[in-house]
Amino acid sequence: MTEASAILALAHRDFIKLLRDRQRIVADFAFPLIFIGILGTTLQAGFGERAGINLMDYVFTGVLAQTVWQSSALGLISLLADREQDFSQEIFVSPISRYSIILGKILGESLVALPQALAIIVFGFVLQIHMSPDQLWRMALALGVVALFGGAFGVIVLANLGSQRAANQIFPFVLLPQFFLAGIFNPIQNLPLPLDILSKIAPMRYAVDLMRDAYYGGLPSSQQVQLFDATTNLAIIAAMFVVFMVVGTFLFVRAERNR
Amino acid sequence: MIRVEELVKRYKKAEQNAVDGISFEVKAGEFFVLLGPNGAGKTTTISILTTTLGPTGGRATIDGSDVVREASAVRRKVGIIFQRPSLDQNLTAEENVRFHALLYGLYRYAPSYALMHADYRRQVEDLAKLLGIAREIHKPVRTFSGGMRRKLEIMRSLLHKPKVLFLDEPTAGLDVPSRRTLWEHLAEVRRTSGTTIFLTTHYLEEAEEADRICILDKGKVVSFGTPDDIKRDLVEDYVLVDADDRTGLRDELARLGYLTSGGPPFKLQLDGHSVHSILRSIETPLTVVKTHTPSLEDAYLEIVGKTSD
Repeated sequence: MTEASAILALAHRDFIKLLRDRQRIVADFAFPLIFIGILGTTLQAGFGERAGINLMDYVFTGVLAQTVWQSSALGLISLLADREQDFSQEIFVSPISRYSIILGKILGESLVALPQALAIIVFGFVLQIHMSPDQLWRMALALGVVALFGGAFGVIVLANLGSQRAANQIFPFVLLPQFFLAGIFNPIQNLPLPLDILSKIAPMRYAVDLMRDAYYGGLPSSQQVQLFDATTNLAIIAAMFVVFMVVGTFLFVRAERNR
Repeated sequence: MIRVEELVKRYKKAEQNAVDGISFEVKAGEFFVLLGPNGAGKTTTISILTTTLGPTGGRATIDGSDVVREASAVRRKVGIIFQRPSLDQNLTAEENVRFHALLYGLYRYAPSYALMHADYRRQVEDLAKLLGIAREIHKPVRTFSGGMRRKLEIMRSLLHKPKVLFLDEPTAGLDVPSRRTLWEHLAEVRRTSGTTIFLTTHYLEEAEEADRICILDKGKVVSFGTPDDIKRDLVEDYVLVDADDRTGLRDELARLGYLTSGGPPFKLQLDGHSVHSILRSIETPLTVVKTHTPSLEDAYLEIVGKTSD
């Protein structure tokens, strides 16, 4: 019970901080809307017919997963910010397990990422992207998984970063290639071998594909869009989550103590 | 209560040990002060004792629990006030207190103050009254004064009834009235709870009231004991004398076999003699006689000065 209360307290704190940070809310919502509104529309106008799929739907589902996954991953940087502002000392001297601390942070940043998803979905309706109640229900479940998965990825990346500045410099290099390797905007079925290998080890790919499983499941165009079925994606995500979480926490705690 | 044995810490890429084989003990209920100039190794020591930093060598225990192998047990037994405030500026005072209470498993999580257990709300109300912030308890801590934040941190750190309260230079950056209020508050805490207090500071006046003091310099223990022990053992007692006939006085002092250093005025080590007997034995008419009664500050400067030579 102690650990559960502590995890919820950590998550609660992150969510409260989001609600009190208006600038962050505006910035968080602006980017995905630009991506879908401008990029999705122009891609559909230019290549939609040739691609044989609705690129608006394709980009929408890709950006939805990417936004939540990335927001959650980047949110974990706040652990470094806490360290620099000395607040993490208060957390790290408490008797709870180090895994609970990281799990609380991941849960908190997932909660912070989900309101963005809600805004994107509302924007999707404005752009007349069709979403049935059944699709929405599946997407909501997928969003929860994607958010937690992004948080775990954030842990493994920041585990060996000394400062928030270092994290801000490293994260774009880790995230940007995945935008294209994960197939957010572009289908990735026929990549050259080296890129195909890189794509298969890019964690974001499985988050995006899971979201497409949820959206396209049962639709005629699903064969052209989906890479793996939902079960396979969930199994890969679960395995990566455990590895990121365990190794990331171990490395982060070791870096904290062995300065 | 606290046992430190041959503790060593060398930071990565550092050429010297920040803490270099220190050993000392702190008894239960004691007010213990770790004193030393900046860079002496005080914060490193406190970080190891509170489990946030791993030692390179040696060992330390708090109430029988090893700080490395039984870190979680140690964390339950200690409360910490860090050098720089560790309150979340975005949260209210109550939210900071609630966060601490939940991390230490004192209450079950609830999403708002109103839904928290009645005992918790009562405790917060009492705490707010004690601190005189009944009206501000639900306001962000960034609106609080430095002194008030420190008091809030102390109250927060005592919520889980720690056996040892560590304070790492808690008055750094506080103005004089805030510092005084803090000390009064801390004295009250000692009186009412009997908690062992482990304080690091470089302000000497804060060490005068200590039961025992450990002086660190360049990572080593250079003195240990009660404030009186330190004054007595490590500061030389001497008398300064001078005369119009300085050559005559110098010759006479040499003839009498007194140890002198510097001068004029000449510094005579008492070396077991009384000031009275020394003065009676000198025949040269004296123009200056000055006795030296060491303060803790003299002792401190003497000790730290010696090691930096």
